[in-house]
Amino acid sequence: MTNVPDDLLYTETHEWVRREGDRGRVGISDHAQSELTDVVYVELPKMDRQANAKEAIAVVESVKAASDIYAPVKGTVVEVNKALEADPGLINREPYGQGWIFVLKLDNADDLKQLKDAAAYRTQIGS
Amino acid sequence: MPVQYTSIVEEHQAVRNAVGIFDISHMGQLVIEGSGAREWLNGMLTNNIHKLDVGTGQYTFLLNDSAGIIDDLIVYRIGEQSFLLVVNAARTEEDFAWMQKHLPAHVKLDNRSADFGGVAIQGPRLLELFHALFGKDMHPPPRNAIADLPFDGTKVSVARTGYTGEDGVEIFFPATDAVNFWNAALENGKPFGIKPCGLGARDTLRQEMCYPLNGSDLSPERNPIEAGLGFFVDLTKPNFIGRDVLLKTKKNGPREKLVPFRMKEQGPPPRAHYAVFANGERIGEVTSGTISPSLNWGIGMAYVSAAHAKIGAQIDIEIRGRKFPATIEKKPLYKK
Repeated sequence: MTNVPDDLLYTETHEWVRREGDRGRVGISDHAQSELTDVVYVELPKMDRQANAKEAIAVVESVKAASDIYAPVKGTVVEVNKALEADPGLINREPYGQGWIFVLKLDNADDLKQLKDAAAYRTQIGS
Repeated sequence: MPVQYTSIVEEHQAVRNAVGIFDISHMGQLVIEGSGAREWLNGMLTNNIHKLDVGTGQYTFLLNDSAGIIDDLIVYRIGEQSFLLVVNAARTEEDFAWMQKHLPAHVKLDNRSADFGGVAIQGPRLLELFHALFGKDMHPPPRNAIADLPFDGTKVSVARTGYTGEDGVEIFFPATDAVNFWNAALENGKPFGIKPCGLGARDTLRQEMCYPLNGSDLSPERNPIEAGLGFFVDLTKPNFIGRDVLLKTKKNGPREKLVPFRMKEQGPPPRAHYAVFANGERIGEVTSGTISPSLNWGIGMAYVSAAHAKIGAQIDIEIRGRKFPATIEKKPLYKK
C-alpha cells in the first residue's frame, strides 16, 4: 500500500510539496519511487535557479529509466539535497523524509492552491 | 516477461548470489530436419555445425547477404539430421521467412514457438535447485549440451546455457505445462532464495558480461566482426551466407567496433543512443548502458570508429549535454 501523507500537496507528475512558510520542499511520491525503483542517480537543480511551474529542473535516474522532475510552482531554488549525490537510494527508502530533492522559494504562495491534496492524488494513482 | 517483479537490483543480486528464474516462453523455437539438414544449415549459419555432436549446441548467427545480423541464436543438434534453433522472439518470423526462402526440398522447417514454454534458471545455487526439482540422481547436461529429462510424469528439455554469466539451465516444455513448471521451481527454490526475474535484471546481468542484445547491439546493419563476435564465425567453412563480406571486413578491418566501457567517475548511467567522443570529436554511439548492480558503477557498450577501439582508450559519453569520461575495457565488465 503506497503512502500518501495528508499534510502534503501533490502534482500530476508525482512530485510532493511541503509548505514551509514562503518556501516549498519538494520530492517525489512513494508511488513514484516504487514505480521507478532502484534510484541510482539524481541530477540536482542549480542553486538560485529560477523555475516556472512545470519546468523540468532535476532528473532522477533508476536502473530502468531517466525521469524529469518538475518545479511544482514558480520559484527560486534555495536548497538542494546534496546527500542524494552520495546516496540516491534515499529517494526509495525515505521519499518524504531524507529523500527530498530541492526547496523552492515561492514566487507566490497562492500558486500552491493549484496543486492536488492527498485525496485527489490518491484518486489519480488509484490508491 | 515483465521488466521487474520486485526490483531490478534485488533480482539481479538473486542471480549473482543465489538463484533466479526467468520466463523465456516468448523465445522462438524452429525445428529443422531431413536428409541433408546438417549440410544445408551449415551454409545458413556462421559457426561450424560439424563441431556439434548430437545433444550439444553452439551460439551462432543468421546473416543476410551483406553479412548483417538477422539474428543471434543457439543451435542444438537434437538428432543426426535434426536441429533445434532457439531464436529471439521478435525475430522469429523473419528468421523463418529467410530460411524458408533458401530451403531445399528435402529439408523440413517448422516454427514450433507456440508449442513451447520455457524458463531460464540461473545462479550459483542452480545445482541445489536442480536436484530438488529433478531428484538427487539426476544431473543437468554439461555446458552447452541439451538433454531430455523426466519431470513430474512428463519430459522436459534441459540445456546448460544462459545469458547471465552464472551457471544455469534453460528448460523447454510443452506450453501447457508452463504454469506448473514455473510454480514448482518457485516452490522448490524457496530454501535457496529464488526470485522471479524480469527483463530489467536480464539486461543488467547480460551487460556485465558484455553479451549483446539483438536490436540494441546487433542489427542487420552490423556484422559479427564489427560486433567483436568473430569467435562464433568459422571463416574456414567453404561457404555460408555473408562469408564473402566478412572476409573483406576481416581483411580491411571494420569501420567501427563494438567495445565495452566503464565510466571513470560516479555519475549518471550511460544509456543507449548517447553520443561518444574522443578529444572532442564524435566517434560513435552507445548501444547499451546501465549502472551495474554488481559494481554499483556505470558501464556500457558502444560502437566507436575502429581507430579509437583500443582497450584503455579514454572516451567521453555525452549525457544531457555534458561529457562524462569513460575508459574502453576488456570483456567481461564484471568478474566474480
